[in-house]
Amino acid sequence: MISGKKLRQLPLHIMVIPGVILTLIYHYIPMFGIVMAFQKFVPAKGFFKSKWVGFDNFEYMLNLPNIKTVIYNTVFISIMKIIVGLVVPVVFALLLNEMRREKYKRTLQTIIYFPHFLSWVILGGILVDVLSPSSGIINKMLGLVGIDPIFFLGDSKWFPFTMVITNVWKNFGYDTIVYLAALTSIDMALYEAAYVDGAGRWKQTLHVTLPGILPIVTLMTVLSLGNILNAGFDQVINLYSPQVYSTGDILDTLVYRIGLVEAQYSVATAVGLFKSVISLVLILVSNKLANKYAGYRIF
Amino acid sequence: MKNYSTIGSRTFTILNYLFLSLAAFACLLPLINVLAVSFSSKSAAAAGYVNLWPVEFTLDSYVYALKKQEFLTAFLVSIKRIGLGYIINMVLTVFIAYPLAKEKSEFSARNIYAWFFIVTMLFGGGLIPTYMVVRYTGLIDSIWALIIPNAVPVFNVILLMNFFRGLPKEIEEAAYIDGCDYWRTLFKIVLPLSLPSIATLSLFVLVGHWNGWFDGLIYMNSTSKWPLQSYLRSIIINSDTMMSASDELATMRNVSNRTFNAAQVFLAAVPVLAVYPFLQKYFMKGLVMGSVKG
Repeated sequence: MISGKKLRQLPLHIMVIPGVILTLIYHYIPMFGIVMAFQKFVPAKGFFKSKWVGFDNFEYMLNLPNIKTVIYNTVFISIMKIIVGLVVPVVFALLLNEMRREKYKRTLQTIIYFPHFLSWVILGGILVDVLSPSSGIINKMLGLVGIDPIFFLGDSKWFPFTMVITNVWKNFGYDTIVYLAALTSIDMALYEAAYVDGAGRWKQTLHVTLPGILPIVTLMTVLSLGNILNAGFDQVINLYSPQVYSTGDILDTLVYRIGLVEAQYSVATAVGLFKSVISLVLILVSNKLANKYAGYRIF
Repeated sequence: MKNYSTIGSRTFTILNYLFLSLAAFACLLPLINVLAVSFSSKSAAAAGYVNLWPVEFTLDSYVYALKKQEFLTAFLVSIKRIGLGYIINMVLTVFIAYPLAKEKSEFSARNIYAWFFIVTMLFGGGLIPTYMVVRYTGLIDSIWALIIPNAVPVFNVILLMNFFRGLPKEIEEAAYIDGCDYWRTLFKIVLPLSLPSIATLSLFVLVGHWNGWFDGLIYMNSTSKWPLQSYLRSIIINSDTMMSASDELATMRNVSNRTFNAAQVFLAAVPVLAVYPFLQKYFMKGLVMGSVKG
């Protein structure tokens, strides 16, 4: 009987195996490739024959003159992104929810989440143009109200905020839809009951709508905590430049420059490992919290 | 029941419509502006006359872009990448999601496989070790470097698995009784029932491959093998064309290329614009399916 059952399961194994092999090679072997962080890695010698150096690379990393700044930038940019990226979509979802003309509402949704589907290369090309201090339309508009041109991408004072705002521009439409979906699932009877009790529009929002989406808002926020060391590689690397490294350089861009531009493979791996380990802990903790308070499970 | 009759409520409605319309317009403003620049004459763009409508309308920049060999080569690489990448991603997604959607009682190794894939979402080797493995497996400078390392999109697998789990079990059981094995059941019963969900994932995968630029940049030594987005990045967003206010030369160069760059940006966005209506239709379903699943 047992062997019959096993035989019957064979096709299922055959279906999964190709994916397992590819994942093993391109995702699991790199995990073991992390040994590079403890070696003086030379590509020609490979993972096995390169010289072991213990924690030298980590020591080197901690002595990099800019490492503290980079960690600070990473955390600062991503926390700002989490906060703004929470408030803006919730506000938009609440306001859109008050709209009664379905067609117009859907048109607005379509518009606001369009940038989400464009890559940071394309958006970067667009932003470099519109944010230019000499010819960009944004500074031209600021000029109309008497504000001097601001070098959004080249001034280290402005750069982190430019990242936060442009990131919201790309992504808030997407999150707005998640919250809107949660809003539409609120029981209409609750609104009726509130209305009968004399609650106006504002009170209904406060006592029915907000509590109704609170669970999903909490869930999304808790889950985003796992991303605190991901300040947005795709975005930053396409928009930063040496003059804003002091406020705009983040861990991922540092790894890229040290590793693939300067070819200091082991140091870059050490920095990367430092980041992945902390991220892993954050993800596990945030998933645990999400599970405890919102009953969320990865699968 | 909501009350819309009070003056305060009416004022709010009007302000709300006004605010949301303005916000949506502000979202589109940069896109419209750059689109207008791409259809304007070089001199008008350089002088900063262009706002939301082309000045001295011309197709010169588009003609120039479409005649440029590097642009066309990169475009073709992207098409090839999408074709190969789409097939491989989707086949693997279906073949992994289907067995994982089974209960443990039916497929005893189910949880082991599931965790095997989930782990890769939680932890990874990072940029450099992954790069080394791609290098050691001989994929550098090959189109497969853009496809094979991420051949299994785990997130999509989970979405599809959840969808399969939502299908009524009786249908599959009936198929088994009629003598179908797993292959036939998958192809004849489960997949035809899952078309909406497959469509959603297809669009995710297509847009993802079209937008990919970083792997092209790092895995392709020869620039003639770059996909479109990697090529675009190299010409539009390079730290030396990101003019600093003092760098006269860079500023000059950037301004003179302004209309041309704008045209290339839009040509690269056209395919996304073209699939967007379909994307839009299925997206809501797919997104909700992914984020607020029970």
